[in-house]
Amino acid sequence: MTTSKLHLYEKTKTLSWELKDGTIELALHHPPCNEIGTAMLEDLEQFITALETAGGKAGALIVNSRQKAGFSAGADLRELYTVSLDLTAAERVRGVRAFLERVHRVLSAIDASPLTTIAAVHGVTFGGGFELALACDLIIADKMTRFCFPELRLGLIPGFGGIPRLRRDIGNGLVRDLLLTGRSINAAKAMAAGLVSQVAAEGEALQVARATAAQAGKFDRTARMAAKRFLKPIPHEELRSGIDLFCELFERPAVMEGLRKFVENTSAHPYLP
Amino acid sequence: MKTLEQTTDEILGLAARHFKIPREELAPNDDFYKKLKIDSLRALELITRLEHHFGIELPDYEVQGVTDFRTLASRIQARL
Repeated sequence: MTTSKLHLYEKTKTLSWELKDGTIELALHHPPCNEIGTAMLEDLEQFITALETAGGKAGALIVNSRQKAGFSAGADLRELYTVSLDLTAAERVRGVRAFLERVHRVLSAIDASPLTTIAAVHGVTFGGGFELALACDLIIADKMTRFCFPELRLGLIPGFGGIPRLRRDIGNGLVRDLLLTGRSINAAKAMAAGLVSQVAAEGEALQVARATAAQAGKFDRTARMAAKRFLKPIPHEELRSGIDLFCELFERPAVMEGLRKFVENTSAHPYLP
Repeated sequence: MKTLEQTTDEILGLAARHFKIPREELAPNDDFYKKLKIDSLRALELITRLEHHFGIELPDYEVQGVTDFRTLASRIQARL
């Protein structure tokens, strides 16, 4: 498989992407719910390389999920815990920092893309999955979507740049509510808060996103880029501070204990706060 | 204002429809995780459906530890 050109259709272990009618559709299909670990990160990096060389072939990008449970449950905590087990605290922090830097490069590339980017989401859109959606220009949500930042339950903060990007989009009051309670909100609430631009019927987010992408893709690329830079500046400094703070918190033994509890939890409730 | 019994009954009806279980097999004190055979991801789906049905916002931390329909109804009742 080549990474230098955007082909009409590519499939990797965890993703597939397709260029059709001027829109690129990136589908996440990594069971159980598109957990973002090393495998998905590698595939996303491959996609970004292809996207960057796509030139003017497309006007819009839609990111969506093929997993029934939702858009993405966020970072792969099981992998994070397992990989961390045999490492010293310093090694763990070095490893997690390197991982975060790579994730940030991917999300910032999507954030700064010359295309109009749309996250078509449904179901569970948690943690890193929520952060992926926040990197896009528009979020179109199936009415059964739930958004959540559960990181504080583990003694962490969102590590993929979610806090500055959420603050860029919505009022600080709701940001604090989401962060400090770890609760999830539905699509209607997210729309009322200005986070979601359109709510679709159950199972229809991708169709609505396609119609939106077709419209957005008609516009002049230079004007679109100028509008995006003006409306949606990338908060680089805050993103950098977020990585530092995450690593500082991650070093504490309480985090490994929180991860252990999550990974070993066999009850039906691990996704409730 | 709905009574707790009415709210419970509506929840049982909604759960029966969406999880395809005969209504008569569901009772207020049933453990809905076991009865509906759902995990926490599907429980979030149930919460979302209840929010739409009752026109309320139901923070998921309020249903943490809640396993039976009647207690779930009381949490909803507090927000009607």
